[in-house]
Amino acid sequence: MCLAVPGKILEAEERDGNRVAKVQFGGITRQAFLTFVPEAEVGDYVLVHVGFAISRIDAEEARRTFEMLESMGAIAEELGADA
Amino acid sequence: MKYIDEYRDERIVRSLAARIARLATRSWNLMEICGGQTHTIMRYGLHELLPPAINLVHGPGCPVCVTPLEVVDKAIEIASRSDVTFMSYGDMLRVPGSSRDLFRVKAAGGDVRIVYSPMEAVKLARAMPQRQVVFFSIGFETTAPPNAMAVWEARRTGLDNFSMLVSHVLVPPALRLLLTSPGNQVQGLIAPGHVCSVMGYWEYEEICREFHIPIVVGGFEPADLMEAVSMLVAKLESGRAEVENQYVRSVCREGNLPAQRLMREVFRVCGRKWRGIGLIPESGLCLRDEFAAYDAEKIFEVSGVTADEPSECISALVLQGRKRPTDCPAFGVRCRPETPMGAPMVSAEGACAAYYRYRRGRAPEATA
Repeated sequence: MCLAVPGKILEAEERDGNRVAKVQFGGITRQAFLTFVPEAEVGDYVLVHVGFAISRIDAEEARRTFEMLESMGAIAEELGADA
Repeated sequence: MKYIDEYRDERIVRSLAARIARLATRSWNLMEICGGQTHTIMRYGLHELLPPAINLVHGPGCPVCVTPLEVVDKAIEIASRSDVTFMSYGDMLRVPGSSRDLFRVKAAGGDVRIVYSPMEAVKLARAMPQRQVVFFSIGFETTAPPNAMAVWEARRTGLDNFSMLVSHVLVPPALRLLLTSPGNQVQGLIAPGHVCSVMGYWEYEEICREFHIPIVVGGFEPADLMEAVSMLVAKLESGRAEVENQYVRSVCREGNLPAQRLMREVFRVCGRKWRGIGLIPESGLCLRDEFAAYDAEKIFEVSGVTADEPSECISALVLQGRKRPTDCPAFGVRCRPETPMGAPMVSAEGACAAYYRYRRGRAPEATA
């Protein structure tokens, strides 16, 4: 139920008083309401839950976390850590 | 897919497991609160990568699982009416009520439909003005704002044939109950990343202070969960009861303010019954009086429906992390995904379903 999937906003438009986006998830696209992420723009990644974007993914934070994780993986491998 | 694949990198997951093994000098019981996290753990066998000292206990974060039997019975009563089109998230359809489930209602000719989004129910109500369209509004804080939006839209556009059967629950009150229960052995918590995307994590700072327990807001991919465990073990080993956010790419401390605002305008906090656990004060949401005209319980007069939980199902203990699904004599025998006795065997987030689906290797020890 609390499953939420990251996708990229391809288009956004006003429809009947709501801001709605076309969001791409891998090979498929779905519609998502942008009601809760008014700051999100085309090109941004958002986390979509039951047809609503519930947060905008912070690309900078994501990059930082991932680089940290990745460097740790690399270091562990160099040290020949038992895993 | 971006923001998914990189967090499934086996090399990273294994190096985090190695780090945890280096950090842990004694055994620790950690609870992942959300059922989505439980599924990641079972699906990728993360519990098998962890050192034996780290015991993962599964939490109550499965909204389908905690929806009480009597609410399922109310849903069945409403969905059985010939003037009603009943719309629900798919998982709820196979949850057993006292005598049958929503799929049986559908098979018997009831108009029961699965929706992906609550807005589909609003759209259908607009397209079928002659039908009463009822949406089964369940979920934790992640789902409450989208469901609130459905009622909000119904009112804004003047729909008079749309209503919701509401059974929303909140995470913090259930955690407080778990942590105060006499048999509690949980020493660290992985907070649910998507609930916190909406609510932020300041509520968890209060729980951390109250119970002197470290809490890490965790994501849902294998590397997210292993990093969250690693952060928790580091805190426990150095005696630091504090809150940390692992899921920084989606969660900030104050959460999603527009979502919280809409949720507050439509819903108010109320007591809720949790399946197998019973009434927890201020643990749920119901419609505010201004939205009473959209309350299916009132419209279809089902407020009086009550039901007793089946006795053999140990889901209450499973949901509190006190028993493993495999401790249940019915598990995999009388209770299977096709013939579930309790909701945790039905839901995509239920611990029993996760164990059944991904069962292999050693099963982690129960804490109680």
